[in-house]
Amino acid sequence: MTLLRALFMRLLTMAITLFGVAVVVFFLIRVVPGNPIAMMLPPGATEEDITRLQALYGFDKSLFQQFLIWGGDVLRGDFGTSISLRQPVSELVLGRLPATLELSLFALVIAILLGGLMAFLGTLYRHSMAEAAVDVTSGTALSVPDFLWALVLILLFGVLWPVFSISGRVSPSLDFDFATNFYIIEAALRLRFDVVGHLLGRSFMPALALAIPLAAIIAQLLKQSLKETMHLDYVTLARTKGYSETWVILSEALPNAVLPTLTLIGVQFTFLIGGTVIIERLFSYEGLGNMAIDAVINRDLPLIQGIVLLFAALFTVINLVVDMLCVILNPKLRHA
Amino acid sequence: MGARLWLSGTWLGLLALAALFAPWVAPHDPLAQDLFLGRLPPFWMDGAEPGYWLGTDSLGRDVLSRMIHGARIALMVALIAGTLTCLIGATLGVLAGFYRGWSDRIISRLVDIWMAFPPVLFAILLIAVLGPGLLSIILAIVIIDWTRFARVIRAETLSQGAMDYVASAQVAGRTRFSTMIAEILPNILPTVIALLTLEMGIAVIVEAILSFVNLSISTDSPTWGGMIAEGRTSVHQAWWVLVFPLFTLFLTVLSFSQLGEGLKDRFDPVLR
Repeated sequence: MTLLRALFMRLLTMAITLFGVAVVVFFLIRVVPGNPIAMMLPPGATEEDITRLQALYGFDKSLFQQFLIWGGDVLRGDFGTSISLRQPVSELVLGRLPATLELSLFALVIAILLGGLMAFLGTLYRHSMAEAAVDVTSGTALSVPDFLWALVLILLFGVLWPVFSISGRVSPSLDFDFATNFYIIEAALRLRFDVVGHLLGRSFMPALALAIPLAAIIAQLLKQSLKETMHLDYVTLARTKGYSETWVILSEALPNAVLPTLTLIGVQFTFLIGGTVIIERLFSYEGLGNMAIDAVINRDLPLIQGIVLLFAALFTVINLVVDMLCVILNPKLRHA
Repeated sequence: MGARLWLSGTWLGLLALAALFAPWVAPHDPLAQDLFLGRLPPFWMDGAEPGYWLGTDSLGRDVLSRMIHGARIALMVALIAGTLTCLIGATLGVLAGFYRGWSDRIISRLVDIWMAFPPVLFAILLIAVLGPGLLSIILAIVIIDWTRFARVIRAETLSQGAMDYVASAQVAGRTRFSTMIAEILPNILPTVIALLTLEMGIAVIVEAILSFVNLSISTDSPTWGGMIAEGRTSVHQAWWVLVFPLFTLFLTVLSFSQLGEGLKDRFDPVLR
């Protein structure tokens, strides 16, 4: 019952947060200098044309009225029409979302594997040079944001030793018709593993750039928890039973040490998704973030609003899911 | 652990000196173009011209001089935006954590809303609203990043406020306000200073990202982000235009971060 109540309260704060985001975005964008209407019209348009278009987009009403109309439309799933691309915003945005989600999830997998491996090695060779190496690597990786790692990767693996693609989600030469925008998942379901390999290769560099800081955080926290667990009696018992150190770490220590890291990954995942905005730009990856920057440069108000709202909704939903998962996974919190 | 404090401090000190005395230190005018001197390689390579230590870009502008002048903007943004963000964010954090009640509820709700924005997108959006320029960048950083301070300082103040010394100050007759200033503030100051150092590194990155997507300052002022953006397009012909500013930016961000982490450890060994 308390769980249901907690869920209800969370949904309520979620709604308030999203409403707040909508208010901020709406009023922020209304003060943008530069008239988007003027941009849409051919040169030589008359004063009359301008008024007509302003009425069409509702710019002639008061700000408060505009907000009410816009809010009502949004609640009905109508995010308006993009000014620069002249298509419904909801279509454009939902069309790009899968690309960003696939990139983020791929990055998450890389971060977990990389961070987990570092934590494992640091624990296995604790109090040695290897652990110091893990500490220095993760400390450096954490100090530098994804934007810089992306540039370093472009330089190393795109220019100096060009083994990975650094531009675009799909090679133009790929001959494969996608029915959905979840390219990787679709190719996997259609058992075209050659295509999956191609797609993973294309997005490996941006995903790695996004993953490096998170991998470092995972490495640090998981290693700390593992080392603490390794002192516990039940682990010593397992060791005296003759299990190898690798086995002890992975099957005895890990299950008890992993919970704080899982919670942290949940929190950090939204930061990772936020990073896709600039990373997609750097790698010309056709996702939401890249579209967002174009929208800002083109002063495409409806599109900006749609993208920001979608990101905000995504973040709040992920936070909710993570919180609920923590309650379910952690028995201590269940009756709190 | 003292080594990283010294290393990062030294690098930032050198950078600050170079930035401060840029017009005297820089060997050339950072804006002077000379198409006959385009894409000169750095000094150790064949075809280098004496005096152009790190080579020139496609318009014949001296890379080293542009980097030194770029340091001015980077450090100015770091210092001003970092300090302002710190003052505003920490004040709100202390208010929320110490007075709790309504101020806490409003501030925490605002933090929630802010956290739902992807920061880079938020920054680009703000620059579009505020218009390009140094002042806009500083404002954008303050508007976005105050939550970093507010969140951490609020939590820190909450835990300090629950301690006995605060209760005894109250019993001894201090007012709420003077307890906050005289008792709580000195105890959260180490955290504030560590966060401020980290924030300066973040400010440098934000400035670089914004000038990278060409939304920062006018093209007359050389910025590291702008140089990186230009260098990236010609990396196959002149790698040095990308590599040197990238390396400098990397080292600077790393230094701010290491300095912040080092200060945090030095002030408070039990912190987290």
